[in-house]
Amino acid sequence: MKAKKSSAHYNRQDAIFKSILISASLLVVGLFVALFLMLISGSMPSILGNGFGFLTGTTWDPGKGIYGALPAILTTIATSLLAVALAIPIALGIAIFFTEYAPEKAKFSLTLFIDLLAAIPSVIFGIWGLWVIAPLIKTYVQQPIVASIGFIPIFGGPAYGISLSLASLILAMMVVPIIASLTIEIISRTPVSLKEGMISLGATKWETVKHVSLPFARLGILAAVMLGLGRALGETMAITMIIGNSYMWPFANPSIFAPATSITSKIASEFYEATSAIYVGSLIELSLILLVITLVTNALFRYVIKKTNRGARRQ
Amino acid sequence: MRMISRKNTDRLIAWLSLAITIIAIIPLLWIIGCVFANGASAINLEFLTDTPAPYGESGGGVANAILGTLVINTMASLFGIPIGVLTGMYLSEYASSGKFSSVIRASVESFSGVPSIIFGIFAFTLIVTTVQHYTALAASFALGLMMVPIVAKATEESMRVVSDDMREAAIALGIPKWARTVKIVLGVARGGVITGSLLAFARISGETAPLLFTSLFSFYWPTGIDQPMATLQVLIYNFALSGYPDRVLQAWGASLLLVILVVAINVVVKFATRPKYKEGV
Repeated sequence: MKAKKSSAHYNRQDAIFKSILISASLLVVGLFVALFLMLISGSMPSILGNGFGFLTGTTWDPGKGIYGALPAILTTIATSLLAVALAIPIALGIAIFFTEYAPEKAKFSLTLFIDLLAAIPSVIFGIWGLWVIAPLIKTYVQQPIVASIGFIPIFGGPAYGISLSLASLILAMMVVPIIASLTIEIISRTPVSLKEGMISLGATKWETVKHVSLPFARLGILAAVMLGLGRALGETMAITMIIGNSYMWPFANPSIFAPATSITSKIASEFYEATSAIYVGSLIELSLILLVITLVTNALFRYVIKKTNRGARRQ
Repeated sequence: MRMISRKNTDRLIAWLSLAITIIAIIPLLWIIGCVFANGASAINLEFLTDTPAPYGESGGGVANAILGTLVINTMASLFGIPIGVLTGMYLSEYASSGKFSSVIRASVESFSGVPSIIFGIFAFTLIVTTVQHYTALAASFALGLMMVPIVAKATEESMRVVSDDMREAAIALGIPKWARTVKIVLGVARGGVITGSLLAFARISGETAPLLFTSLFSFYWPTGIDQPMATLQVLIYNFALSGYPDRVLQAWGASLLLVILVVAINVVVKFATRPKYKEGV
């Protein structure tokens, strides 16, 4: 228990200090509300001008005044889900290695590597993806696949390198450390008594992980995935540099090698040149949609993590 | 027989998880290797002291962008760190379990999940459209906002683990609450606050999206904090996409500077917070 009141010294200084803390905290709340209201008011030209068609339209042609956001929304969701799907097995592998098999001495450098991978700026992933990975992927992955099974629409051409699938791949690398570090933390919380029980029954480490640690960490891993998903949905710079910024996917060309446009890459590449009120409004409405999606994802993350904390305490 | 196959499965998983871990680390080493290999050849005295050459001309440097990144980050820190520390202090020492505190907590947590580009849009609509021109102040505002939840969380967590014995001893000595909080609890927790602030600084040093339509870019030395300002991040983005080999090379050089800054801060923090005693697993 923290001491809540020391009535003898609850003097003026204390009152002033407390009000400073409260105003700083209220400023944070106020700014968050302002952020939301600003995006809503900024979207008004688009909400009024484009109406509901904004969410279902598949064409984006500012010259003709047509703004349809569906391909960008679908691209954002698809690249993020694909990235998370790629990242989950990798992150689980890291977590299992770290908690069960890694020698104590290696653990420090391993966490350093994971932290560094999470700290590499997005724009650096972008320049690396654009100039190093894209040409390699184009020559050694896309071209052979398009040449052999390109008749299947989702593996069809073109093979430019920059594409939906490259964006997902780079995104996966960016979310692996986020999912992995939280998963490590969760798996480490497995009650030792349960693990000792398994070991005393003659179980191997893998059997202990499979039958005790992973079931125990199930909810926590789900939370880690939500956290990674939230990060992937809002990622901007790397995506903008490698996704190709074309409205081709998914309607004009359903191939995973087609260039595409995500919500963030649309905003990053067009906001500066947007001139008319409705053009700016459409981009701000896109950001409002993104904000709602990420807030829901993060709320789910916090809900799940709260549940796991409660579960862990009961043990 | 069965015993052997179970042990082999375990061994297989051990090797498999090691292989996966190595695969996950390859991108890190690859990126750092590429940045050093490509960036090192771009770096010379002119690169570090001159402004970018106009398009079509070779040579020039990124000195104005280095200065811009430092200026914008410093202004962001001056705004973000105090607010973050004060909020963290409130959450740790004053917040009850009531509605009011949970609203503050929810706002801080929600801020940490907001995509960085949305902070850029927010700063644009709030500041750039008001003053009618692009300004570095708007960029600092956006980046400072991003620091708040990181610093607040670090402050709250490191103050929370301070033993109640300290607080009780201070009460017994008749020290008022504000002095207990600032001089004793924050004093004990200052290491965590400093590392949290450093990590927040490293984090915003790499952020590019909030700068795109706030501080914009400039080929010249900054003339004032209310003007557009070059930054390393936006320079990397612009030059990497320019397609001119000279410019792309300079983008790699700027990437090297940025990676050194970010990696150095993270390594320092990692070693500083290294647990002194081994925890049981």
